[in-house]
Amino acid sequence: MNAYLVRRLLQSILVLFGVSVVVFLILYLTGDPALLLLPPDATAEDIAKFRESMGFNDPVAVQYLRFLKGAVRGNFGESLRHGEPAMALVVERLPATFELAGAGLALALSLAIPAGIVSAVRRNTAIDYVSTVVALLGQAMPTFWLGIMLILVFSVRLGWLPSSGRGDLEHLVLPAITLGLFTTARITRLTRSGMLEVLGQDYIRTARAKGVGEPPVVWKHALRNASIPIVTIVGIELGTLLGGSVITETIFAWPGVGRLSVQAIFNRDYPVVQAAVFLLASTFVVVNFLVDIVYTYLDPRIRFH
Amino acid sequence: MTPAATESLALAPARSPAAREWVMLLTRLARRRTALFGFVVVGIVLLAAAFAPLIAPFDPLAQDIGERLREPGWQDAQGRMHPLGTDHLGRDILSRIIHGSRIALLVGLAAVLISGTLGMAIGLVSGYFGGRVDDFFMRLADIQLAFPFILLAIAVIGVLGPSLQNIIIVIGVSSWVVYARVVRGEVLSIREREFVQAAIALGSRDGRILVRHVLPNAFTPWLVVATLDMARVIVIESALSFLGLGVQPPTPTWGGMLADGRVYLSTAWWLATFPGLAILVTVLGINLFGDGLRDTLDPRLNV
Repeated sequence: MNAYLVRRLLQSILVLFGVSVVVFLILYLTGDPALLLLPPDATAEDIAKFRESMGFNDPVAVQYLRFLKGAVRGNFGESLRHGEPAMALVVERLPATFELAGAGLALALSLAIPAGIVSAVRRNTAIDYVSTVVALLGQAMPTFWLGIMLILVFSVRLGWLPSSGRGDLEHLVLPAITLGLFTTARITRLTRSGMLEVLGQDYIRTARAKGVGEPPVVWKHALRNASIPIVTIVGIELGTLLGGSVITETIFAWPGVGRLSVQAIFNRDYPVVQAAVFLLASTFVVVNFLVDIVYTYLDPRIRFH
Repeated sequence: MTPAATESLALAPARSPAAREWVMLLTRLARRRTALFGFVVVGIVLLAAAFAPLIAPFDPLAQDIGERLREPGWQDAQGRMHPLGTDHLGRDILSRIIHGSRIALLVGLAAVLISGTLGMAIGLVSGYFGGRVDDFFMRLADIQLAFPFILLAIAVIGVLGPSLQNIIIVIGVSSWVVYARVVRGEVLSIREREFVQAAIALGSRDGRILVRHVLPNAFTPWLVVATLDMARVIVIESALSFLGLGVQPPTPTWGGMLADGRVYLSTAWWLATFPGLAILVTVLGINLFGDGLRDTLDPRLNV
């Protein structure tokens, strides 16, 4: 490992600490976590007892350190509703969310990269206009509306696909489209502009002048260089996908972390909320660190900045 | 210079140079068809919000159980038409969409103003002073970005309770990063320019240099970011309303209408369809206008 990656690793650890502070503070937003965690009909005596047993009377710094000690071991306390460890509940739902986010990302990449390349190579033709308009609409369409419209057409009207739950591939289609469309649109536009920029470079002209055929120019010379910003955005888009999964899972009753956390917020089950937010944010940090490693292989110049 | 550009110069009355620059900018912007389209859409939504009570054919809160779930184009007993139909409480959907634009734009403008101001200040300080101050704010930005935005927003609003004020504050306070990064990048290059170096050499105070020399030059990219960010905020506001964490009923919100409509999806498609279209068209309009603004003002800007 080189100095650049060591620095990025230290930064990532620092960011994870920051994430833990924010997650810790969620409970303290109203000033009194005891009131937040107890049912509204709790007596003053109950509240005092609860406060003492949870250690809410200790200085905030002591409470944070206790929280952090638990957090690094994956201990966020017990779910107030289910009586199980909060982290276990979240981890149990994690595969469903990864499946959905992975499908959304796979869909986005498999549609967006070819669409972006064709758009750039056949600039200002009908196919470019169509893909640009679809991308613009995709970026403007709210996830939850898209999901509802897909249900309306493909489940309610046509009866082709199930509108809720997780199971076989059929169940995955509508949620994956719903979640992936925004990312598809963004990556299409990025690929198109990246390819256009690269195709205008001198080394492309050189390759063409040497008599290299058009397919290798596009796929080998241009795409490899245009792929650098695409790799970066994949890391960032993961945040969009994990955030979008909150909405998409709610609409399609997909049993993942997003739906769990929305339910937990409505049930005032804050240990679960904290565990879910912490886990999703950590996933984002770790994936972006991995993206940076890939990045340094694709573009060795980064390491020397 | 093209003949058209010369003409626009001639048309612009030679008042102050700044005014002339704006006229030129608007002329160039109007020549981009998509930007013009976006501008017109945004204009219509703004007018609808401003004059909602005058335009809306019905009171958006008036219930009429006898006329519930009527399809688009329905005429009621008094011969009044509901162009987009009525909802599950017999309220006119078009009127509710027109009134719903008020919450969307209010939250959009207010949140963008908060996050934009915050981000501008952080970007200026971070880019100008550099070093540890810069490190601190950029790590803070990384921390902010690590959270799936909507999840953090619903968690915080879930604790604080949903209200117009809380929504604006939560979105406003947690959306500063993109402004700060763009302004910071701009400041890094402005700082090295001669007029800033001259001001430093003349002994101007940092605050004065930042406000008088650096800020005006970082304003253009900021404006582009603010325009595009407004579209994002409107989607987030409607997502919060959709989840029941937005402005509470009976106030009409696009997201809230969609949530109501979802229940009647199999019997009354129009309930969920039209509010979503309103969001789509508004966001598309803002995005197209913002794209045009970016391409006209600062094509290098990567937002």
